[in-house]
Amino acid sequence: MASWKGRDILSIRDFSRGDIEVVLKYARKLAPVAEGQKSSRSLEGKVLATLFFEPSTRTRLSFHSAMIRLGGQVLGFSNVEGTSVQKGETLADTVRMVEGYADAIVLRHPHEGAAVLAAEFTERPVINAGDGAGQHPTQTLQDLYTIWDEKGKIDGQGIALVGDLKYGRTVHSLAYALAQFGVSLTLVSPPGLEMPWEIVDELKRAGTQVATTHRLDDVVATADVLYVTRIQRERFPDPQEYERVAGSYRVDLPLLREAKKDLIVMHPLPRVTEVDPAVDRTAHAKYFRQAFNAVPVRMALLEMVLGVGG
Amino acid sequence: MTPIKNGTVIDHIPAGMALKVLRILGIEEAVSSTVTVAMHVPSKASGWKDIVKVEDRELSPKEVDKIALIAPRATVNVIRNYNVAEKHVVRLPDRAVGILRCGNPNCITNLREPVETDFSVLEGEPLRVACRYCDRVLEDIAAAIV
Repeated sequence: MASWKGRDILSIRDFSRGDIEVVLKYARKLAPVAEGQKSSRSLEGKVLATLFFEPSTRTRLSFHSAMIRLGGQVLGFSNVEGTSVQKGETLADTVRMVEGYADAIVLRHPHEGAAVLAAEFTERPVINAGDGAGQHPTQTLQDLYTIWDEKGKIDGQGIALVGDLKYGRTVHSLAYALAQFGVSLTLVSPPGLEMPWEIVDELKRAGTQVATTHRLDDVVATADVLYVTRIQRERFPDPQEYERVAGSYRVDLPLLREAKKDLIVMHPLPRVTEVDPAVDRTAHAKYFRQAFNAVPVRMALLEMVLGVGG
Repeated sequence: MTPIKNGTVIDHIPAGMALKVLRILGIEEAVSSTVTVAMHVPSKASGWKDIVKVEDRELSPKEVDKIALIAPRATVNVIRNYNVAEKHVVRLPDRAVGILRCGNPNCITNLREPVETDFSVLEGEPLRVACRYCDRVLEDIAAAIV
């Protein structure tokens, strides 16, 4: 990446391994600011627009926190009610209007490809905060940061992705990104919710070791990272079948008895029943840390695309 | 087939695809010039082929790009005064801009936005194209032609 200033953050697939490493190292430098231990005014005078065409608590608040901690200001909306979008304004027009009010734009939209389109209509950097079932690159970077920060490195880790691997946007992007590091991946999902074959194929072609199983017990003893995702009720026509399946992918204390001492459990949150709250008190639980890590990662990206700091 | 004085002959269309070529050219009932279609004709190169002849019509580059998507080995002969004035083999473009509709109903290009669809050609044979906006690989290319 020649220059980060003005760059759009649209898809994790635009990031080389080198790019990812730059972001992770930059984020670590900013972690004390994210925690409130140090203060910074690096983005003073800058305005960030957060355009959330559908609600998302964590993503929106962490962008706000990142901007405010760096001395910048935030404007925007958290749903389309009462905005010109409800009157039928196109996304292209909304973006061209907002360009006049802000230095960078964060966009969450229910339609795939929205961020790519938005970026075509503005000179301001656009950060994709989730477009339908498409991309959510800052989530992936925060996941990678968590693994790197907790384990010291990403290369060589045994990582199990658990849950709904068919529809889960988070795990698809993470798997692509992990393929750039020498990890061994185990895909653990209920029958029918396996990772799409095109993705598995691409991971293998990239030289990643990939194993698949339907049983969580198979991976617990050997994994370094358990990345757990929600299995959605609406994927199952029969509620009893859902209860049975969801129950067999639940991470709890008896299951973790066999785990490595330094196994970390991650989850993009919100969780429902996949991780027993009793796990929260163990050293394995890193999901709240993972949620916090959104802030230093987004701080780093904001400073980089706005061309300050360094 | 009757020779034409002026117009276009599209040859080496894969057998069975001639009607799709007519659809690309917008040839429906209200056409004032002669259109001749030959289907399932023996071909030295590929076993069987279709041929379409259209009088008094030359194709736009966009129409040729569309034909290339469903008939990658087709030849387009421009006829002027009963002679072949130009002969082109269609060329698969690297990108298909404004000629395909994305098959993903949730793609932003299927909303009322002021953009043309844009597909990258991933592979030539069999043809695979992906939407540059939503990344979706298009399943039925012939049906997606605008």
